[in-house]
Amino acid sequence: MLKMHAVETGYGDAQALFGIDLTINEGEVVTLLGRNGMGKTTTIRALMGLLPVWKGQIEFNGQDLTRAPPFLRAQAGIGLVPEGRQVFPTLSVEENLVATAASRFGNKRWHLDRIWQVFPRLLQRRNNRGNELSGGEQQMLAIGRALMTNPKLLILDEATEGLAPLIRADIWACIAALKAEGEAILVIDKTIQALTNLADRHVVIEKGRVVWTGTNEEFLADHSITDRYLHL
Amino acid sequence: MSGPLILSGKRSSFWPVVVLCLGLALVPLVAVLTKQGHWVSLTTQMMILALAALSLDLILGIGGLLSFGHAAFIGLGAYTTGILIQEGKGDLFIALPMSLVVSGLFAFVTGIIALRTRGVVFIMITLAFGQMAFFAAQALYAYGGDDGLTLDGRSTLFGLKLLSNKIVFYYLTFFCLAGCLLLLQRLSRARFGRVLLGSRDNAVRMETLGYDVFRVRLVAYVLSGMMAGLAGFLLANHTEFVSPAYAAWQRSGDLIFMVIIGGVGSLWGAVGGALTYLLLEEGLSGLTEHWKVIFGPLIIAFVLLTHGGIEGVVTRVRDLLDGGRHD
Repeated sequence: MLKMHAVETGYGDAQALFGIDLTINEGEVVTLLGRNGMGKTTTIRALMGLLPVWKGQIEFNGQDLTRAPPFLRAQAGIGLVPEGRQVFPTLSVEENLVATAASRFGNKRWHLDRIWQVFPRLLQRRNNRGNELSGGEQQMLAIGRALMTNPKLLILDEATEGLAPLIRADIWACIAALKAEGEAILVIDKTIQALTNLADRHVVIEKGRVVWTGTNEEFLADHSITDRYLHL
Repeated sequence: MSGPLILSGKRSSFWPVVVLCLGLALVPLVAVLTKQGHWVSLTTQMMILALAALSLDLILGIGGLLSFGHAAFIGLGAYTTGILIQEGKGDLFIALPMSLVVSGLFAFVTGIIALRTRGVVFIMITLAFGQMAFFAAQALYAYGGDDGLTLDGRSTLFGLKLLSNKIVFYYLTFFCLAGCLLLLQRLSRARFGRVLLGSRDNAVRMETLGYDVFRVRLVAYVLSGMMAGLAGFLLANHTEFVSPAYAAWQRSGDLIFMVIIGGVGSLWGAVGGALTYLLLEEGLSGLTEHWKVIFGPLIIAFVLLTHGGIEGVVTRVRDLLDGGRHD
């Protein structure tokens, strides 16, 4: 479904990615692992069109998106839950969701009622503004907002960062439920424990390069990966 | 630029709009009863500028784009109307659509360039385009140049001089203002308005959710320019005079003040702000010729003390009356 091939990019003159390969198939949950500053979020930014791709290719469902602006990538079916949540502060919860509703793309798997079902908490807060929500609620809203675009691939960048353990568990349960429905998901997170319960495949990035990739079983069997690339 | 906003769902702008519209609708009646005929003309002028301020609030308040050349659209609408009247083609059904087309086209072309920039650059580019319109008007020697142009009369309606009647013209202006206010209120609550407002908060986020933010902003910019062009059409007819001053940057600055006094992004607040601004100007200039010395500090104090202009005050009063019914 998604094929990133030898993607290079950077900020200004500073190259950050040195040829990232990333493939995600239908219904697959893939993680992007690596220490801070290794290029995980940069990969997402390149994938979403927020950084120009210097070299390489990005293909999504057979469509070449390498040079496409962000809005076309979203319309093609890539839904991003960004780091830091970034809900619209002056829009109400409902407006945050409705403004982004993607009935305009034809596919209507996700609609307001279903979001309320998955996140009853948001229904209680539907008339509150984005900046009146707690961190956990904002995270739910950010996920709900991405789902309302009816993505074929959902990207979660640090979706549980800075949240209380109970709320984290809620978010993980929600992600598991999405997986059960066959949603393809790309996750970046620091809680490896939770990721190994969920993921099909892992991709480890170091210094802008993919240094390891394999299935969840292979990852669990080889402790040296965690020691080498992930522990501080 | 984050004033209180009407879009949060719990704050309705229904009553302020009703009060504003009813008040304005009754002005001619009161003026006739109290034999203060000049009120009608004065209020007409105020409503025309309120319409221009309202149009600015769409892109400034909801879109978060500080256009410093908004008076250019008034000038374009006014000159289009003025020139057509001078050439004997001043019928409402020619002059009005032409004013809208010309100001809309100008907004489209300048918007395509200006909307690629942000922040201070956007302010400077819109100012530059505004000045271009101003100097172009000054260079129209055939139509008065620097001195402006006194018109032979007002637009006609299928040859009838209906608009020359003060009351008829008052209500024409009133319906233009009320209609635009209602249209923008509806639009701001529709997806278009929410996307525009969301883009103001975080344009990159809106892009990644699948919206072509540039296009949404361009539509808003053109719509806003056309509404200001409508104000220009009305202004030329009202004063039976057009002048480069209509497009001057000082006028653009006035419009920004009106929006800020009213409460940025609240739409009806822009109308209230314009009326307040012009009433103050009128009242103070009657007191002393150095009225600007009082006017300036008064405006600053008002903005500082009210936190969000008229709309902010009204909202807080209503919250008090509600007695904290919502958390």
